[in-house]
Formats: sequence, C-alpha cells, structure tokens
Amino acid sequence: MPVNQQASLMRPAIEMLGRKFVETIQNVGYSAALFAESLFWIVCGRWFHQKVQISAVFEEMMNIGVKAAPIVAILAFANGAMMAIQGIYTLEDFGAQSQIIPAVAMSVTREFGVLITSIVVAGRSGAAIAARIGTMNMAQEIDALRVMGIAPVRYLVSPVLLAMLVVMPMLTILADVMAILGGGVITGMELHIAMPVYIDRVLLALAPFDIAQGLIKSLVFGTLIALVATSNGFSATGGAEGLGKATTRSVVMCIAAIVIADMIFTFFLTL
Amino acid sequence: MNNAKLQTESVTPIIQVRGLETWYGEHKILEAVNLDVFAGEIMVIMGGSGSGKSTLLRYLLGLHKPDKGSINIFGKDIHSLNSKQQIEYRKKIGVSFQGGALFNSMTVGENVRMPLREHTALDENTMRIMSRMKLEVVNLAGYENLTPAQLSGGMVKRAALARALVMDPKILFFDEPSAGLDPVVAADLDNLILNLRDAMQVTVVVVTHELESAFKIADRITVLDRGHILMTGTVDEVRNSENSRIQNLLTRTAEEQVIDADDYLQRLTEGAV
Repeated sequence: MPVNQQASLMRPAIEMLGRKFVETIQNVGYSAALFAESLFWIVCGRWFHQKVQISAVFEEMMNIGVKAAPIVAILAFANGAMMAIQGIYTLEDFGAQSQIIPAVAMSVTREFGVLITSIVVAGRSGAAIAARIGTMNMAQEIDALRVMGIAPVRYLVSPVLLAMLVVMPMLTILADVMAILGGGVITGMELHIAMPVYIDRVLLALAPFDIAQGLIKSLVFGTLIALVATSNGFSATGGAEGLGKATTRSVVMCIAAIVIADMIFTFFLTL
Repeated sequence: MNNAKLQTESVTPIIQVRGLETWYGEHKILEAVNLDVFAGEIMVIMGGSGSGKSTLLRYLLGLHKPDKGSINIFGKDIHSLNSKQQIEYRKKIGVSFQGGALFNSMTVGENVRMPLREHTALDENTMRIMSRMKLEVVNLAGYENLTPAQLSGGMVKRAALARALVMDPKILFFDEPSAGLDPVVAADLDNLILNLRDAMQVTVVVVTHELESAFKIADRITVLDRGHILMTGTVDEVRNSENSRIQNLLTRTAEEQVIDADDYLQRLTEGAV
C-alpha cells in the first residue's frame, strides 16, 4: 500500500483521537468548574441569600443513601462470601486457610466495600441524577431557575454533592460490615470457626488506617459520581435519544472514573 | 394602549436594545437589532420560524451574553451586572416559557411558591396565601395540590404565569403563549395578558408567530426576519406595511425557494445543516 494511501487512512483515526482528547479535557474542565461553583454556593451562598436548602440535601441523602442501603448490603454480603470461598480454595494448597480472615477483612475495608458501594451508587443514583437534570434542561426548567434568580448549580449540584459526602462513608461502613459478615458465614461453614471468634480475629487484623483508607476513597468517589452525573445532565441535548445517551454515558464515565481513581489511590496508599 | 406612540416620544424606554449581534459559528443569528420597549406597553416580537425571535428573548432574559451590542433594562446593562445585581434584576422580571417549564417534581402550589421561598423570608402560611392569590388571578384556584402532569396545556401555561407573577414583576416575558393551545384557550390567555397589564401595570414582551394573538394584544409589534428587524410599529402600521416580507408573513405566503439537492447533501456531509 502506498505511503500516501496509508497516511490518508490514518488521518481520520488520528483526528478522532484528537477530538476525543480535547472533549475529555473539556469535560474534566467543566466538572472542575462545577465543583468549584458548587463549593462556592455551599460556603458563600448565605451571603448571596442563596444558601443550599438543607431539605434538598436530606431528600438527596434519602434517594442516594437510604434507598440504596438494601442493595448495597446484599451485594456486599455476597461479595464477602465469594471472597471467602475463593480465598479458602486458593489458600488450601498452602495449608493457610485460616489466613482468609485477615485477607477478607483487609481487602474489604481497603478496597471492595467502597468499590461495591460506589458502583451501586453510580449505577443507581448517577443515572437518575443525569436523567433528572437532563430532562429539566430539555424542558427549559434550568432556564426557569436562572430567570428566577436561582443559581442552577446551587439548586441542583450542591445538595447532591453534600449528600454524597455524607452518605457514601455511611454506605461504605455498611458494605464493610456486610461483606465481613458474608465472609464470616462461609468461614463458619467451611472452617468451623464460630462467629464471635471470627469477629475477634477480624478486629485483631484490622488497623484504623485500613478502615480510613476506604472512607477517604468513598469521599472521593462520591464527589466523582456527583460531578460526572450532574455534568452529563447539564450537557444532555437532543430529546429522548440524547437523554438516553447522557444517562448511559454518565454511568460508564462514573464507573471508569471510580476504577481509575481507585487504582491511583491504591498505588499511593498501599505501595 | 392607544397612547403608546405618545409615550414612546417622551419617556425613557424600560428596555433598550442597541446594535445587538450574535453568531452561531459562522452563522449570524441576530444582526444590528435595535429595540425600545416602554413602561406599561405590550410589545409583541413577531416573526416566522428561525427568524431569531426566541434567541432575542433569551438575550433579553440575560441567559446569554451577546457578541456585540448592549441590552439596558431598568437603565442598566444587564450583562455587566454583578451576581447580586443580577439576582435583583431577575426578581423584577417574570417569564412564561413556551412549555411552561414547571418543575414536575413539585405541585402547582409549590411551583408558584418557589420564588418566594428562595428570595423572601416569608413564613409558610403567608407564602400559601400569596400563591393562592396568584392562582386565583390566572383562574386556577383550587388546583394548587395537583402536579403539572395532571394539568392540561392551557392550565400549565396559566400556572407558569402565576409563578411568573408571584414576585410582582415589573416586566413579564412570554415565549409563544398560544403555541399548542386550541383557539378558545389561546383567546382566554390573550385576554388574561391584557387584563394583567391593565390591573398590575406591568410591561409585557410577547414572542409569538400567531398573527391573531399578536394583533389582539399588541400595542406595538416588532417584526423580525432572518435576524433583522424589518419594522417596529403599531398594529395598523404593521398591517398596512408595504414591505413584501411583512406582507408574506401576514398572508402566510412562503417564499419560493429552490433547493439544490446536491448542494444540500454537500452541506449536510460538511455538518453545516
């Protein structure tokens, strides 16, 4: 194939790559601006007679946190049980099955509790928030807020951000407890270790930093979910199809952001 | 308002647009728009689809910053206001959007009370009384506990009008108030606009393409075409205009346009359409 022809074939791919890169930078910039404005209204809203309504924060906490608690608990329990099953099976070769207890405790509190929680919240609330703001955008409700002198970011983003910062650590603690319980049930069945003994050994194995690591991550992941979901909602255009795309994009971007941020965190906090 | 013309010669306009221009990419949407609206009058901005009238309204509401020109409302350039001044400006205007733009998660009463809740320190009872009064003004008394989804199209527009009125604005903006309504409901809404102007002494700016409605309510009409103002005048002046484009609009005659299919496809692939 002639060099000219190869170059002309590669050009669209390179152009697309460039466009995507610029788009990504724009999205990150937009989310950062949204974060800064949201913090501004949380801190300074009172002076502009635009304080963040506490009732709106509680409503978001109910939607994001309380209503997600059952599914987070079930999935975390199942995840803890699976980790125990796989761990016992793997450690059997080394005759170290009892080491499954610190392994489950540490991996759950440092990693999997917060990860399960974040993925559930991203799928559930991330999609709902993007869809809600997108619908409002298309129905001119956001314009209506602006002409009423109500800052849309203060009204729509700040309560979500505050609610995420409160409920994500709580859900993470719930997920940690349920996953450890799930591991305990399997350990009891397979290794005949009683639950009180199991819990004692879990508490012995855990250091405060293990739990803190998960909680710090939950704050970061909650912020990411709030910003990605709201920014996708604000940029939704093109009717029902556009709304569907924005919702899907929101979930995919939330989960991608969580996993990448988790990798970076784990690298710096563990190694 | 029969003495509108007299007023225009002696009073400073409440809305003053000078040299407004704006582009969308390479495409000019509004060009050299000059407009004066006087206190207490009903100004109708009329034009066909794509004439730029809704865009002009968005600039008047301060939702976008123009590329060129200025918009002075209440004697101040609305695009040079700081955050606090912008909030104060927006407390003085009310807007009824084309689709109503009511918040679907709230009841009609909550929608109407929203500006009060955000901008005043009134207690809940007072806010309820005020919202009921505004709902009575638009003939929606007793509907405050329904959600927007439970209302007809005409009722949604009237509820949106009640919300626009709740802060007792000085200027009311309407975007296509008759769009999607049957003639009887549209006529009711026109009467309501006239009554409101007389009762509350508000200035009204209406964007519409409905000729019947425009001629019924307008003190003056601005005719917009492809981003240019063709003329501003009284209803009779517009009716008797000899401008062929205005006559086309009034007689609903489409201009003959020969569309070159190859040219259209070429523009489509270049993303220009």
